[in-house]
Amino acid sequence: MRGFAGGALERLRANPAAVLALGVIFAVVVTALLGPWLNPNDTHTIDWLHVAARPGLQSAHWFGTDRLGRDLYARTLAGARVSMAIGLVASILSVVVGVSYGAISGYLGGRIDQAMMRVIEIFSGLPLIFFVILLTVIFGRSESLLFISIGAVGWLTMARIVRGQALSIRRQDFIAAAVASGAGAGRIIARHVVPNVIGPVIVYATLTVPQIMLFESFLSFLGLGIQEPGASLGTLIAEGVGEMEAAPWMLAVPGSLLAVLLLCLNILGDGLRDALDVREG
Amino acid sequence: MNHPLLQVRDLRVDFGRHTALRDVSFDLFRSETMALVGESGSGKSTLARAILRLVGAAQGRVEFMGLDLLRIPASQLRAQRRNLQIVFQDPLASLDPRMSVGEAIAEPLRIFEPTLTAAERSRRVAAMLERVGLSAGLAGRYPHEFSGGQCQRIGIARAMVLHPSLLICDEAVSSLDVSIQGQILNLLLDLQREAGMTMLFITHNLAVARQLSHRVMVMYLGRLVEIASCDALFAAPVHPYTRALLAAVPQIPPLAAAAPAARGERAVPDVTASGCAFRDRCPYALRVCETTDPPLLEVAPGQWAACHRSHETLNPLS
Amino acid sequence: MVATLRIDELSVSFAHRTGTAAAVDGVSLCIAPAECVGVVGESGSGKTQLFLAVMGLAGNAKVSGSIRFQGEELLGAAAPAINRVRGSKLTMMFQDPMTSLTPHLSIGTQLAEVVVCHLGRSWGEARIAAGRMLERVRIPEPQRRLNQYPHELSGGMRQRVMLAMSLLCEPALVIADEPTSALDVTIQAQIIGLLRAVRGEAGTALALISHDLAVVAGLADRILVMYAGRIVEHGAAAELFRQPRHPYTAGLLECVPSLSGPRLARLPTLAGQPPRPGEALQGCSFAPRCPRAADRCRSERPVLTGASTRQVACHFPLA
Repeated sequence: MRGFAGGALERLRANPAAVLALGVIFAVVVTALLGPWLNPNDTHTIDWLHVAARPGLQSAHWFGTDRLGRDLYARTLAGARVSMAIGLVASILSVVVGVSYGAISGYLGGRIDQAMMRVIEIFSGLPLIFFVILLTVIFGRSESLLFISIGAVGWLTMARIVRGQALSIRRQDFIAAAVASGAGAGRIIARHVVPNVIGPVIVYATLTVPQIMLFESFLSFLGLGIQEPGASLGTLIAEGVGEMEAAPWMLAVPGSLLAVLLLCLNILGDGLRDALDVREG
Repeated sequence: MNHPLLQVRDLRVDFGRHTALRDVSFDLFRSETMALVGESGSGKSTLARAILRLVGAAQGRVEFMGLDLLRIPASQLRAQRRNLQIVFQDPLASLDPRMSVGEAIAEPLRIFEPTLTAAERSRRVAAMLERVGLSAGLAGRYPHEFSGGQCQRIGIARAMVLHPSLLICDEAVSSLDVSIQGQILNLLLDLQREAGMTMLFITHNLAVARQLSHRVMVMYLGRLVEIASCDALFAAPVHPYTRALLAAVPQIPPLAAAAPAARGERAVPDVTASGCAFRDRCPYALRVCETTDPPLLEVAPGQWAACHRSHETLNPLS
Repeated sequence: MVATLRIDELSVSFAHRTGTAAAVDGVSLCIAPAECVGVVGESGSGKTQLFLAVMGLAGNAKVSGSIRFQGEELLGAAAPAINRVRGSKLTMMFQDPMTSLTPHLSIGTQLAEVVVCHLGRSWGEARIAAGRMLERVRIPEPQRRLNQYPHELSGGMRQRVMLAMSLLCEPALVIADEPTSALDVTIQAQIIGLLRAVRGEAGTALALISHDLAVVAGLADRILVMYAGRIVEHGAAAELFRQPRHPYTAGLLECVPSLSGPRLARLPTLAGQPPRPGEALQGCSFAPRCPRAADRCRSERPVLTGASTRQVACHFPLA
């Protein structure tokens, strides 16, 4: 895919906003992964001497501490790791499921496509928060529940997008040529349809990550997701809201980190779409 | 008379209410080049796709090597595909933009000769590229890096890599520059001669058809209106549409007078209408042409025409 | 007598990732009143870009040189001056009849609009004029067409409508860009006949752009052959076809399969392919494909030489 990827990379490099966004995301990821080595504090040790301490570069706690005296720097980075991991893993799952589903549905067309689309429409119609709350009431809070509910949502739009692309691709001559060469449906979907929808898939995947992170944060904010003492940006924000007046940094730090990550992912997604949309020649 | 390689009988293709092909029957013999000429809406591309079962036929038979291609199960059809290949009109659109040209040519090999090693496959691909006039080193490049003529050579290489018995060329040179057309046509002629391959060459360009073919079929609005040997068709066309078509082709130097050409425009075919599809534009139409569809009959040895007045038009018409 | 169209050293170039590509490279030509000039060339010859530049439709290309229409310079002229001329006295018919008419306006409205804007008549008068023009282009059931929409018409009929639109204000020059390429052979013959008839009646000059030599042969008084952005030969049509002097013209004529000549075992061809726009070439752009090329051809660019009515750009012209 040299021809395709090379041109796209060039165009992306020429987009200053996207490059900056990529840089910021990269910086955050590196810090989240390496951060613990830079600061001696960990996420659950309670510092009785500095409960709800203000942030300060001179003190031992750069971002301050929370209500229980736990270091906010360490907790925020841990929260960032969890949120990004969930975002990444859930996005990958949604890409895999969504692309397969959409490609098969779009390529096969006809009644199979109609049936598969009905399934998507049913899922889309579900009021998801109520669904999650209902499951929580029945099964109790758990992290696997978090994954299930995110999983139920993430792949839907991806499947729709890929299906739309597949519907138009299957009319093209090179698909007829593949059929005339004796290729079966499986080979055509895997080798001809999927590689040709990669462009929109990559773009949408980059936009799915912030969506999922936001959804997870929302669920955690509602108390339906990550449990104590674990932290995600959502749970940290929930705690911070409670202390908004007394210790605003508890909200400001995780809140702004989440906002920055989401903003950069969206900018990167837009930049990727512009870079990949241009046809060659 | 040797047994025909391909026998099409009463083929009919409908797209909803619109009938694209009706009552199409003909034979194709080994090693011959049959040109299929017609204008837009004649159904010639639909015929190619129907033979290959790329579109569904409402009725009819397509007998190829003893099998009815329209009725055999899908797996058996796939196995037969190595013997029936097609080259499309738009060279760039018929190549997957995300596959290198070497991979595109290798794909039929992967499907039908999966036991080949990677090295053997590369060798076959390289040989095919050289055979169509491209350097073997170009196998790693992508379709957008080539010109239209080169893309068509790649399409031909892909179609020929398994040495099919029948090659269908659907307007294979129509989108190419005039100075390139000859190169591609010569390539097709050479390949055909070498392999004794049968070719169905679809085109709207009568002059190209004349240079290339042994026999010619003419279609109008989904029906076959004339079949004849190349010499006979161009020297003495029987069907009024064929005459109109020949008269309409601009020539260098330009012809002085205009022979009776076709009046008006091609009508939208109405499934329920009876009579000859060409009657609205035919300068020789009679009452019977409005009521009865003329059957395709042999008016002279090897020459077939679907016209009520075909027995007359062998002699000059008044 | 002032020429209807006079072009001097026109160049049209596009900015490219790796530099600039010249689609048209120093072209000069003249079209006299009521003359029909055929411009022949394959892809990359620049024939369409040339006339798009004349119409001011060259997009973001860089255009240099001079374009004089009935004595007035068009290149660099102010927008009102160009708009006065464009669409009324200098009109263009495009190749694809499907996309050149506005899909959501009726035929009558589109035709009348031209008359209202350029000739200042009322809408009522304009519609009458439109109806009359549709009769002139011999469209079947002209009054009915006025209320129809482009998608309801066939390709041939849309081309007639385009011709009608071009003729409404009695232009001095109509540019027809591949007017028959998208049409069936039988319809093509009708449109060529129509163009011939209308030319005779209206006395308009016609610039006919085509890759099809035979189409041009039926209509043109004079022919210009273009290759890689330059004119390589021009002359009276009959003479050019009988005795081409440039190897490209000769090769092209040989490559066109004919209905009447002998059937050949192998078709004549030109080796290689036309250069892509932007491929910088030293010497004659046709040299890589020319059977007669010598060293001089590869280093020195030939210029158009010869009598004013018969010129060829070749170091070793034929005959």
